[in-house]
Amino acid sequence: MKISRKDFLRLSGLSLLAVVGKKAIGALAGKGAQSAAALPAVRVTTRWAMVIDPAKCLKEEGCTKCISACHKAHNVPTINDPRHEVKWIWKEPFENAFASQESAYTEAALQGKPVMVFCNHCDNPPCVRVCPTQATWKREDGIVMMDWHRCIGCRYCMAACPYGSRSFNWFDPRPYISELNPDYPTRTKGVVEKCTFCEERLAKGQAPLCVEACPEKALVFGNLADPKSEVRRLLDARFSIRRKPELGTHPEVFYLV
Amino acid sequence: MRDRGVIYTGLLVFLGIITFPMWHDWAAGTTSRGPDPVLPAQEKQCVAPLSTMRTSHMQLLMDWRDGVVRRNVHTYTAFNGRNFNMSLTGTCLTGCHTNKADFCDRCHNYAGVAVYCWDCHVDPKLARRSAK
Ligand code: HEC
Ligand code: HEC
Repeated sequence: MKISRKDFLRLSGLSLLAVVGKKAIGALAGKGAQSAAALPAVRVTTRWAMVIDPAKCLKEEGCTKCISACHKAHNVPTINDPRHEVKWIWKEPFENAFASQESAYTEAALQGKPVMVFCNHCDNPPCVRVCPTQATWKREDGIVMMDWHRCIGCRYCMAACPYGSRSFNWFDPRPYISELNPDYPTRTKGVVEKCTFCEERLAKGQAPLCVEACPEKALVFGNLADPKSEVRRLLDARFSIRRKPELGTHPEVFYLV
Repeated sequence: MRDRGVIYTGLLVFLGIITFPMWHDWAAGTTSRGPDPVLPAQEKQCVAPLSTMRTSHMQLLMDWRDGVVRRNVHTYTAFNGRNFNMSLTGTCLTGCHTNKADFCDRCHNYAGVAVYCWDCHVDPKLARRSAK
C-alpha cells in the first residue's frame, strides 16, 4: 500500500489532535469529580470554642478557681521553677498575651492585668503539622487532641506553638502532685502535655471544668457551628479579639472587649 | 584402697554442687507453683471469656486505649451483651480487680513482664493511701 506525503501529514495531525483532546477532556473531568467529592467534608456540625470575658474575670482579684479545678482533676504537677513548670491554664499579663495589641497607650485598665490563657485549639494548628508521630492531631469537632501514649517527647510541637500552650515533663511529675486523682492518668517524664478542652468530660456531655469552676461565668464554652449557641450569640453581639491572629493559626479562643 | 576417704569426699562435694539449685531454691523459699492471681470477689465474668483474656488482654487494653483517645469511642459491648466504660483504672481496677497487686502484678512479676502503663495510670488503692 502506498501512502502519499499529503495523506501522511494529514493522518499525523489528526492523531496528535486526538491525543491532546483526550488529555484535555480527562483533566477537565478529573477536576470536576475531585471538587464534587471534596464538598461533603466542608460541612462541620460541631466546632468547640471558648469565649472569655476578661472584664468579668478581673472582678474577683487573685481568683485561681479555674486553674486549681483543672490542674487538680488532670493531675497537673505544681513545679515552681519556671524552666520546668507544667501548666494547662494560667494567667498571662495582657501585654504578653496580646503582644500585637499593645501600645504605649494601652488602656490603663488592661496594662499588666492577668488574662486567662490556655491551648487555643487552633483551626490551623502548627503543632499538628510538625508532630512526627501523630501524637497530636485535630479532631473533627476541632479539638486539638493529645495522645500521650504516642508522644515521644521530641518537643517539635512546643517549638511550633506560638502561644506557649504546651509543657514538657522534664522529670517524673508524680512527686509534685499533692493529691492524685485516680480517675485521670498522670504523665511521665519525657512527655508533652496541654489542655484538651476536657474532652473526657465532653464525652459525658459535661462542660469543661474551668467553665464550671468560674464564679463570674467569665468563660463560655460552646459550638461555633451552631448559629443559636451562646458563643455565637456573644460573638455576634460584641467585638472580640484573638491571640496573634496575624499568624494564620485561627485560634478558637475569643476574648471579648 | 587407701584413697577411699578422698573418693567419698569428692563424690559428696560433686553431689552437693550438682544439687545446688535445689538447695538454693529451698533456702530462698521459692517454689515451682504458678503465680496464683487472686480473682475478684464481686464479679464472676470478665469482659471477655477467660481464654481470650489470658492470651489477649494486652491487645484488648490497647484497643480500648486507641478507641477512647483516638476515636472518641467510650463504650465496649462485651461478648455477652453487657456494656462497659473503656477505662483501665475506672473499669478494670475499680469495678473488678481492686487488688491489682494480687492479680495483675503477681502474674506480671512471675512472667517477668514490665507493664509501663502504671507510670501514668493510677492504682486507686495507692492514690487513696498517698492522700492520707
Ligand atoms: C504517658 C502516660 C501514659 C502511659 C505510659 C499510658 N497511658 Fe493510657 N492514658 C494516658 C492518659 C493521660 C489518658 C487519658 C486520655 C484522655 O482521657 O484524654 C489515657 C487513657 C487510656 C485509656 C482510656 C481511658 C482510661 O481512663 O483508661 C486506656 C484504656 C489506656 N490509656 C490504656 C493504657 C495502656 C494499656 C497502657 C500501657 C500499655 C497505657 N495506657 C499507658 C496516659 C498514659
Ligand atoms: C494470668 C497472668 C496475667 C494476669 C492475671 C494479668 N496479666 Fe497482663 N500480661 C501477662 C503476660 C504473660 C503478658 C506479656 C505478654 C507478651 O508480652 O506477649 C502481659 C502483658 C500485659 C500488657 C502489655 C504490656 C506491654 O508492655 O506490652 C498489659 C497492658 C497488661 N498485661 C495488663 C494487665 C492488667 C491491667 C492486668 C490486671 C487487671 C493484667 N495484665 C493481668 C499475664 C497476665
